[in-house]
Amino acid sequence: MLHDALLMAGKDLRIERGSRVVLGQILPFGALVLILFGLAISPDLTVLGTDRRSVLAQVSPGLFWMAVLFSALQALNRSFAVEAADGNLDGLKMAGLDPAGIFLGKAGTVTAQLLVLEILLGAGAFLIYGAPLDSVILLVVTVLFATTSITSAGTLYAALGSGLRVRDTLVPLLVLPVLAPVLLAATLATDAAVFGPAGDGWSWALLLAVFALLYVGIGMLAFGPIMEET
Amino acid sequence: MSGPVDGSVVHLVGAISLIQRFPALAGVDLEVRTGEIVLLRGPNGAGKSTLLRLCAGLAPLSNGVGSVLGHDLTVREQRRRVRRETGLLAHQTFLYDDLTVEENLRFWAAANRVDEGTIEPVLDRLALAGRLRDVKIAGLSAGQRRRASLAVMVSRRPKLWLLDEPHAGLDQAGRDFVDDLVKHAVGFGATVMIASHDVHRATDLATRTVTVAGGLVEDEGQDPPEDRADRSAASEHINPDGTDPDSTDPDGADPDATGPDGPGPGGEADSDSTEQEGDRDAS
Repeated sequence: MLHDALLMAGKDLRIERGSRVVLGQILPFGALVLILFGLAISPDLTVLGTDRRSVLAQVSPGLFWMAVLFSALQALNRSFAVEAADGNLDGLKMAGLDPAGIFLGKAGTVTAQLLVLEILLGAGAFLIYGAPLDSVILLVVTVLFATTSITSAGTLYAALGSGLRVRDTLVPLLVLPVLAPVLLAATLATDAAVFGPAGDGWSWALLLAVFALLYVGIGMLAFGPIMEET
Repeated sequence: MSGPVDGSVVHLVGAISLIQRFPALAGVDLEVRTGEIVLLRGPNGAGKSTLLRLCAGLAPLSNGVGSVLGHDLTVREQRRRVRRETGLLAHQTFLYDDLTVEENLRFWAAANRVDEGTIEPVLDRLALAGRLRDVKIAGLSAGQRRRASLAVMVSRRPKLWLLDEPHAGLDQAGRDFVDDLVKHAVGFGATVMIASHDVHRATDLATRTVTVAGGLVEDEGQDPPEDRADRSAASEHINPDGTDPDSTDPDGADPDATGPDGPGPGGEADSDSTEQEGDRDAS
């Protein structure tokens, strides 16, 4: 399984090196979403009776994760478009690769790509929204578990939709409701990590860890039957 | 219902395959034995490709009896074994557009647990070892893609070759080369099923012709035994990947070897040949 996971991950990273879709298209897309949120919510806007933080700064954790989620959908779509393009999923079946290995390889690659994207988007969010940072450790833990949750659930649904002509529109419709709890937990944990107190965020980070384990486990078990049906 | 006979590679009795509820195969009876080259012919939509995919373990056996290479097609784990032991050259190439020819071959070799040492002889043999080696699949012509796809399949050394329109998109030399490969494979003990509209060429190659129409095998034709004996004699002493077993190279690769019937596709073993330049898609 590990051999197959590394093989798939290596192949996907080589494809990205050759095509630069994540770097050249998905990363700018995520940055554009962040900027547009910034334009839609004025940095000077404050709410009377609350703390002195601007509205934009207050909602910045949620906006960050929304941008990550939209970018993740693009990355997941791309990840399975290359498999569906010329019957490659059939090629993988013919090779007899371990479905759990394929799942881990593909989810792992998208996770790595999203982590790079999150570092760059996070830096952008600090610049655009002027958000401070209270707990780096909580932020790192939140980002790792939330990203793993997003990519593992997303990989499963992207595989489900990969054989369909309507996959571009169907996959977001399937994935977004499933990831709503992850978005909520990630936003609240990030809010605690950024604005403090960090103690409030650890319970959400723990929930994200449960989500991550659950989605990875389900993905490893369900990917084989899903591949057979696509 | 009778079971598979000795030497049976494909054994189908009343095989039904539903593709999105449509019976693409509606009760196929077919027996293919070791060493046969079976031509499947029939109109578009007759079920030839589905029959090949069923034999590859990719299309479902919804009803009936079916075994390939001794593995029961109704059992999921055995169907997976069928996939590993068969090679399918389909309309789709099973290649990644953004990887080069060599990267594709190396990936699929690792995926198929094939020794990396087989890659170079196959690249040589299919005239992909020169400049084409580092060209992305997206930059190849249809014929060159077909050759790359064939290279992946050949490197697997399958026991059962399932070729769906293997001559499509190839020039004359490429078509001759495919025919040579098929004969070589059979000489090594493989079995071949070909779906083709290039009836004259495929009929010459085949030891038996099967007509498929409306998801059923309608009739079977048998070539005269002397013809088959001649073909068997022509294909002796050749490995399935086209290399000469008498070669002194331990990998079976002789860089100068061009096979018994002349060089590889394009008329030159060197992929920098003028044919390949001309074969290259302008796009």
